Amino acid sequence: MASDKVIHVSDSEFDSKVVKNDLPCLVDFWAPWCGPCKAIGPVIDDLAAEFDGRVQIAKMNVDDNPATPGKFGIRAIPTLILFKDGEVVDQITGAVGKAQLNELINKAV
Amino acid sequence: MQQADYQLIIVGGGPAGLTAGLYAARARLKALLLEKGATGGQVLITDWVDNYPAFPEGVNGFDLIDKMTAHVDRFDLEKKFSTVTSLDLAQDVKTLFLENGEQLTGQTVIICTGAKPRKIGVKGEEELRGKGVSYCATCDGPFYRNQEIAVVGGGNTAIQEAIHLTKFASKITVIHRRDELRATKILQEKAFAEKKIDFLWNAEVSEIVGGKTGVESLKIAHKDGTTSSLSVTGIFILIGIEPNNEILPLEQLETDDNGFIVTDTEMCTNLPGVYAAGDIRSKKSRQIINAAGEGATAELSAEYYLGHLE
Repeated sequence: MASDKVIHVSDSEFDSKVVKNDLPCLVDFWAPWCGPCKAIGPVIDDLAAEFDGRVQIAKMNVDDNPATPGKFGIRAIPTLILFKDGEVVDQITGAVGKAQLNELINKAV
Repeated sequence: MQQADYQLIIVGGGPAGLTAGLYAARARLKALLLEKGATGGQVLITDWVDNYPAFPEGVNGFDLIDKMTAHVDRFDLEKKFSTVTSLDLAQDVKTLFLENGEQLTGQTVIICTGAKPRKIGVKGEEELRGKGVSYCATCDGPFYRNQEIAVVGGGNTAIQEAIHLTKFASKITVIHRRDELRATKILQEKAFAEKKIDFLWNAEVSEIVGGKTGVESLKIAHKDGTTSSLSVTGIFILIGIEPNNEILPLEQLETDDNGFIVTDTEMCTNLPGVYAAGDIRSKKSRQIINAAGEGATAELSAEYYLGHLE
């Protein structure tokens, strides 16, 4: 069940939808060939519903969008980076549980 | 018998938990499968499974789990996606405490929490995780196109993933602390024939060195007492596993020296009505097929126990 609260962003949209977003933004860098990325999918959807209106949850497919992951030195997925006012607040790599992601997001709200 | 929310609660949704769930659903038990992320466990980080029967062409780890999940769904197994924070298993009715504060009770519990990749425990490993330090070749291999990388380990996982990484990396150095591999012969043959794979025998990584951009090199300690440096941009650590036992009541459950749960051949733990199956069990062989088989045995043991409750 994919949530409509989660936006999908591309390299060209990253600036407008993440960097210039008024809300803190959690970006999930993923790819279709990555099992653990699929594993955390339902958790990301849940978080998007819970933080609706307070935090923007976004996903970026690293296969289709190599520039942004390169810029942030991403060499493992899933990597989740929390942005606030365009700056990196913190990041997590690996298929972590909901509690850890909650903790991450709460650093920006 | 006191009332409980469920006759059976299965903790963990890898191959052991899913198989236990399949048997429970077909037995029409009031059963629940609890999983913290999505079903699958460690199989999700496995690129290719070539030793699971009935898949003559082999199968991708994710596809195998997809099929196992579809199978339990066909029999309407109740699943809940939540993290268990602790359990009380010593009473007749077992209580599970969830991260959202919710409590669930079960007459029986099957523990299938599995295992996770083991860490080397050297400087740089934690700091550079996700910046060149990886435990999942399937996930991170494509980031190392035409780069030189290292794989640490000599077992099946290490060698299979080293072979997988030849699709991306220009050179792979397998670092192993012994002078021979533990991996199964067919994998050894493939690895030795692969031109991109080099071996560094009798050697251990003593430090992972990196800068702002990530891993730059490894410090290697050789068995003969010498040290050297190896330039790589990535290191895949595949040296075995450790138990996912953080949530378990280790003061109640009998475990071995490494923290894996001790059971008998029927998957019974030292606690009545509590069973363990899959990688969390104390045992020698950790294969998907064993995990599935143990899940079935554990569920049948739980059914037998439920049938004999007053």
